[in-house]
Amino acid sequence: MTTLTKEAGAPVPAGAGAFLSVRDLHVSFRTEDGIVRAVDGLSFDLERGRTLGIVGESGSGKSVTNLTILGLHNPMFTTVEGEILLEGQELTTARESELEKLRGNKVAMIFQDPLTALSPYYTVGRQIAEPYMKHRGASKKEAWARAVEMLGKVGIPNPKERAKDYPHQFSGGMRQRAMIAMALVCDPDLLIADEPTTALDVTVQAQILDLLKDLQQEFGSAIIFITHDLGVIADMADEIMVMYAGGAIERGSAGEVLRAPQHPYTWGLLNSMPRINSDVGAPLAPIPGSPPSLLNPPPGCRFHPRCTFQGRVGGNRCVTERPLLGTDRASACHLTAEQKRTIFIEEIKPRLG
Amino acid sequence: MTEDLVLPAPRQAATAGEPLLKVEGLTKHFPVKGGFPIRRTVGHVQAVDGIDLTVHVGESFGLVGESGCGKSTTGRLITRLLEPTSGSISYRGQDITHASRKQIAPIRSEIQMIFQDPYSSLNPRQTVGKIISGPMEINGINPEGGREKRVRELLEIVGLNPEHYNRFPHEFSGGQRQRIGVARALALEPKLIVADEPVSALDVSIQAQVVNLLQKVQDELGIAFLFIAHDLAVVRHFSQRVAVMYLGKVIEVGDRESIYTRPRHPYTHALLSAVPEVNLADENAAPRERIRLAGDVPSPINPPSGCRFRTRCWKAQDKCATEEPPLIRLSGNHEGHLTACHFPEDPTIEARAEDIVLDPALAALEESLEEAGDGD
Amino acid sequence: MLRFLFRRILGSIVILILLTVVAFLLFFGMPRDPALLMCGKTCTPEALENIHRTLGIDKSIPEQFWIFISGLVAGRDDFSQGPCPAPCFGYSYHTNEQVWSTLLDRLPLTVSLALGATVVFLFVGLGTGMIAAWRRGTLVDKSFTAGSMVLSSMQIYFLGPLAMAVLVYQTHLFDEPRYTELTKDPVAWFTGLIIPWVVLSTIFAAQYTRMARSSMIEQLQEEHVRTARAKGMSRRYVFFRYAWRGSLIPIVTIIGIDLSSMLGGAIITEYTFGLPGLGHLAVESVQFSDLPLLLGVMLFAAAVILLCNIVVDAVYAVIDPRVRLS
Repeated sequence: MTTLTKEAGAPVPAGAGAFLSVRDLHVSFRTEDGIVRAVDGLSFDLERGRTLGIVGESGSGKSVTNLTILGLHNPMFTTVEGEILLEGQELTTARESELEKLRGNKVAMIFQDPLTALSPYYTVGRQIAEPYMKHRGASKKEAWARAVEMLGKVGIPNPKERAKDYPHQFSGGMRQRAMIAMALVCDPDLLIADEPTTALDVTVQAQILDLLKDLQQEFGSAIIFITHDLGVIADMADEIMVMYAGGAIERGSAGEVLRAPQHPYTWGLLNSMPRINSDVGAPLAPIPGSPPSLLNPPPGCRFHPRCTFQGRVGGNRCVTERPLLGTDRASACHLTAEQKRTIFIEEIKPRLG
Repeated sequence: MTEDLVLPAPRQAATAGEPLLKVEGLTKHFPVKGGFPIRRTVGHVQAVDGIDLTVHVGESFGLVGESGCGKSTTGRLITRLLEPTSGSISYRGQDITHASRKQIAPIRSEIQMIFQDPYSSLNPRQTVGKIISGPMEINGINPEGGREKRVRELLEIVGLNPEHYNRFPHEFSGGQRQRIGVARALALEPKLIVADEPVSALDVSIQAQVVNLLQKVQDELGIAFLFIAHDLAVVRHFSQRVAVMYLGKVIEVGDRESIYTRPRHPYTHALLSAVPEVNLADENAAPRERIRLAGDVPSPINPPSGCRFRTRCWKAQDKCATEEPPLIRLSGNHEGHLTACHFPEDPTIEARAEDIVLDPALAALEESLEEAGDGD
Repeated sequence: MLRFLFRRILGSIVILILLTVVAFLLFFGMPRDPALLMCGKTCTPEALENIHRTLGIDKSIPEQFWIFISGLVAGRDDFSQGPCPAPCFGYSYHTNEQVWSTLLDRLPLTVSLALGATVVFLFVGLGTGMIAAWRRGTLVDKSFTAGSMVLSSMQIYFLGPLAMAVLVYQTHLFDEPRYTELTKDPVAWFTGLIIPWVVLSTIFAAQYTRMARSSMIEQLQEEHVRTARAKGMSRRYVFFRYAWRGSLIPIVTIIGIDLSSMLGGAIITEYTFGLPGLGHLAVESVQFSDLPLLLGVMLFAAAVILLCNIVVDAVYAVIDPRVRLS
């Protein structure tokens, strides 16, 4: 291991005013093949009412992080270290009963595939009403009325009747709307949306994304929006955190990260993605290789085996020393700030057209 | 059918621009069983309903649309994995619509398919060498220097280590498996590859590798592609001509430029406007139009009469319900740009004076937010 | 859904009819003369002829089949033993008793045995399986799993005599198993069957423990179960409301199979404890080439299996709205 890993998340001071504050989070799973370090030294803050977009590919640790916030990981195989502070309350060590009071109430989640994420055995109305009864102590009747109201709000036509339907009687887009209604039923302060539109068609995705944005304005929730799609993140996020192999490698405001990215991996993502208005004459510039196994991640910078800019860093720092991610606008890369800027402007941006 | 159909098609290098595959009125209806007390066919899923397409030699033709539009079924009909209900498919002038296995054998090798899922489309019990040489064995092709040598060449072409000849699919990553699928498709030196969502199961950084590989194959080997995908940006990047499908019909077809910057069909407008965009340029780039449809695509079992898009269209009138719009070249359209619409939109994708928001919940929310904004 | 059940019932009736035809042709079309067996050592052609007439097997096979079918539906009175009301399977060659009434005689024992054992193994099996799933990975789980592995590899003809030896002959805690009708003496009914119940259900319960555990664990990993947790429902609530319901579907399938085979006659159990149920009857009918009886037992068992299948389908519909509403 490298010398600096121990301090990886330490230099980031706790955001005093932050609504959600994750500090040096490590999550690892015990598997038959060994220990998978799914999240390895992650820190970030989220303010009230803001949207944090987490972008990364499969295995980057973005989903695991958010399951851990709600304590939904399997405790038998999982080790969690570090701090997750929600309004100052430590969640990693919180008792199950305390977490239950938060889930669906203060913090709600939306999952990727609404067909499998909703129970086939109960009506949509009941599934929406349940958390309202639990957290607000509402009667069955009140909760049902609330469920119908929420279904109407997310755009289910004829909500009174549709509440009695089962999820399989809904179309894909309607199911995701029902899922959103369920998440917002207790007016949460934080909404975690894990690839909520990946399973949907593009015109339906556009409806759902706009709906989420409009509802956020009305409900004032903070949102953590997880996706692999840079277009979606550009549409949704105020701030963006790019994750790779279990850690954050770049963060900043959406404009900063997308228009002046600083990390070779972010450059790679932008370069490898065809856009609806990019130059079709130029071939895509893929990132070579594939994401590392988290059973045995590469030493130093996790990205160095796929990085084409390694040579511009003096010595073999990329292999021996894990770059740190600073606070605010930052990227975890050994290139100097000046190098990052000139490489982007001179070599990356022209290719983006 | 005459005997000469069985003869292998000549393998001379065809000139580009010449039609390679011509599809006319292609239709596939799947029966829906139901009824009481005796189960019978009560309806049909009109998966593909009378489409016309032409793919030219060496051309990359894109087929886009949302789930249930029939794009994958079309691919399977063309590769004859499904039997068409009606219509015709001709390959280099030969009618292969209902050709028997024997008749189609020489053509089969010229039309190959690449599938979406690199995990389930490769036999886990066969080595990579066996998977790639399988098509050669079945078709009795013995390349110069032997099949193994050819497989190694193919592995090299698709960017895999030829030494991995004896490995099994599970030893490869998703992107590498898709490369194996490409190598298998190339084994018979095809003239046309039908690629059904070839990159949608892959991670973003890997997608580009496979897209580039396919593009290289197309350029260097002159293979025509029918590229089926739901991702409009990928299709745009890969295809010279594009057809947009909706509920089993081609509603607009044309060159890339026409479809992506001068679309006429309202559905094409809606699709393009729904694509989330990374605006890398400055803030002052011309904003795109914003169209938000209501609800999902209707069921293909009982599709709307007339124009199938009319139930979700903001321009629909009575005529749209009674009369199916023909796929024709509208005035002002470029050559080969055909649109099936009675009331086409202007050929631009720039923002309109007012957004089109058909979704009632969105409209209501936005109105109330606007009012709140005004009150401040 | 009612349509579906109706269609299943119609289908089952068709299967039963086909089965009757095939079985009848197999048994009575066989080039073996059951009369020879009955005629004994001093058989004369006349006596044989006589028996043929009594058995009705002097007629052509289609004719015999018609008589058999109409007997099933309307009853017959052309037997020398006396009239035979519907459903008439004829008279046993061996005991000269009506097949149907013999079946009815033996049925209560088999039903008592099967239902009693089912109640026990469901309670014990599903209970332990769910506890093991709830406490997955703990010592409780491991010992339940290990125990169920050992017990499910046991056989009735081993456990049965062992239980008898220990509980009856050595400690005299229980009486020897015997069947008393429930209506006559419920206590005797209970005490007489308790050992067969326990032995039979031990082996089944062990299998159900493993099945319930794995089915439950599978369900607990379902995404909708995670969603329910994510909205703050307690672990217990999610376990019993969300996961349990889904886990029942594979279990109900197996219960249907096990129950129908037990109702058709638990042959080994009945022999082990010397209880004369349907299984016993089936073996007897084979031993004595008693074709009417064999046909009766077989058709009865087939009907029970088909009925259980329909019940299982109906239970699916109760559990899963996707089945109900499709």
